[in-house]
Parts: sequence; structure tokens; C-alpha cells
Amino acid sequence: MIVEDFFLIISLIMGLLVFFCLYRVVYGPGVFNRIIGVNVIGTKTLIILVLMGFIYRRIDMFVDISLVYALLNFIVTIAASIYFQRKGVHH
Amino acid sequence: MIVLTILLISVGIFFFTTGTIGFLRFPDFYSRMHATGKSDTLGAALSLAGLALYEGFSLTSIKILIIVIFILMTSPTATHALLRAAFDSGMLPWTKGGQPIRDEEVRRGQK
Repeated sequence: MIVEDFFLIISLIMGLLVFFCLYRVVYGPGVFNRIIGVNVIGTKTLIILVLMGFIYRRIDMFVDISLVYALLNFIVTIAASIYFQRKGVHH
Repeated sequence: MIVLTILLISVGIFFFTTGTIGFLRFPDFYSRMHATGKSDTLGAALSLAGLALYEGFSLTSIKILIIVIFILMTSPTATHALLRAAFDSGMLPWTKGGQPIRDEEVRRGQK
């Protein structure tokens, strides 16, 4: 029971870090700062999903969602970077 | 086992916190990638390894370890692709006092 309280505290700290990264996504200069902000938030969300699975005792369901989230995060970053590499960005 | 879990997750949270501070405080895009690209990979790997250790040996912990291996492969790849896209689209690195970079003319000539 103490370990699950520890997981809850870690999840809250992760949520706070996600809000700090959201500053760079909203106000960041240029499009690449926003893309790397979304990538960082996705990695933190993946950890939060596994922690939520341990808190709610449904880890066998949440770990699959987390795996799909990791795949989506990678594909979104690669697709956005290839798109802006071909298109070019005006600064 | 539980002590090792708490230790691994705490070290992972430390790396996530330092990556976020660097992501907010560094002056340009390349140094921000330098902060987040490594510390997020290591923090996610350490946190998920601690959670797999807490779960014990089962199918779920093997799936968590698969996520760890996937992150160790894909996160540097995504960082490299994004950095390459920014470099090819002509974004210049930050220098102290706005001094010009030595190979700037060479790269402008190539484009």
C-alpha cells in the first residue's frame, strides 16, 4: 500500500513536469520546439500510463495502451520531421 | 526488491526533472534537444525497469521490458531525425554574443 502511494506521488510530479513542458509547446519559437515538446510530453505520458496501471491494479490492460502510445509517439515525430525537412521552414 | 524499485524510479524522476529544466532554460533549439534527447531516454528506461522489477517475472513485466528496448531504440532515432530536419531547413545554432559560425558560408553555398 505504501508503494502505491509512492507511485501516486511520482505520477503527480510527472504531471507537473508535463505542465512545465507545455509552456514550450504553446510559446516556443518556431515549429521544431513545439514538435520536441510534444515528443517529451509523450514520453512522460507513457510513464504515467504504466504508473496508473499499477495504482488501479489493471496493469495487464494499461501496458498495452502504453506500448501503442510509444509507437504512436515515434511515428508522429518521424512523420513531422520528414514533412518539415521536405517542405522547409521560413524563420 | 521494493527498495530497489523506489531507488530506480527516483533516479528516473531525477533525470526527467533535469531534462525538463534544461528544456525550459536553454537558449536555442539544438541545446534544448541536447538536454531532452538523452535524459528523457535514460529516465524512461530507468523508471520502466524499476516498475518491471516491482511486477516480478510475468508476461506484463516482459511487455514492460519490450517497451524499454523500444524506447532505447526509437528515442535517439526520433531526436536525430528532428535535428536533421531542423539543420537542413536552415536553422542556425546559437552562439555567445551572436558570433558567426565558421562553416556557415560553406553550408549556405551547398544549399
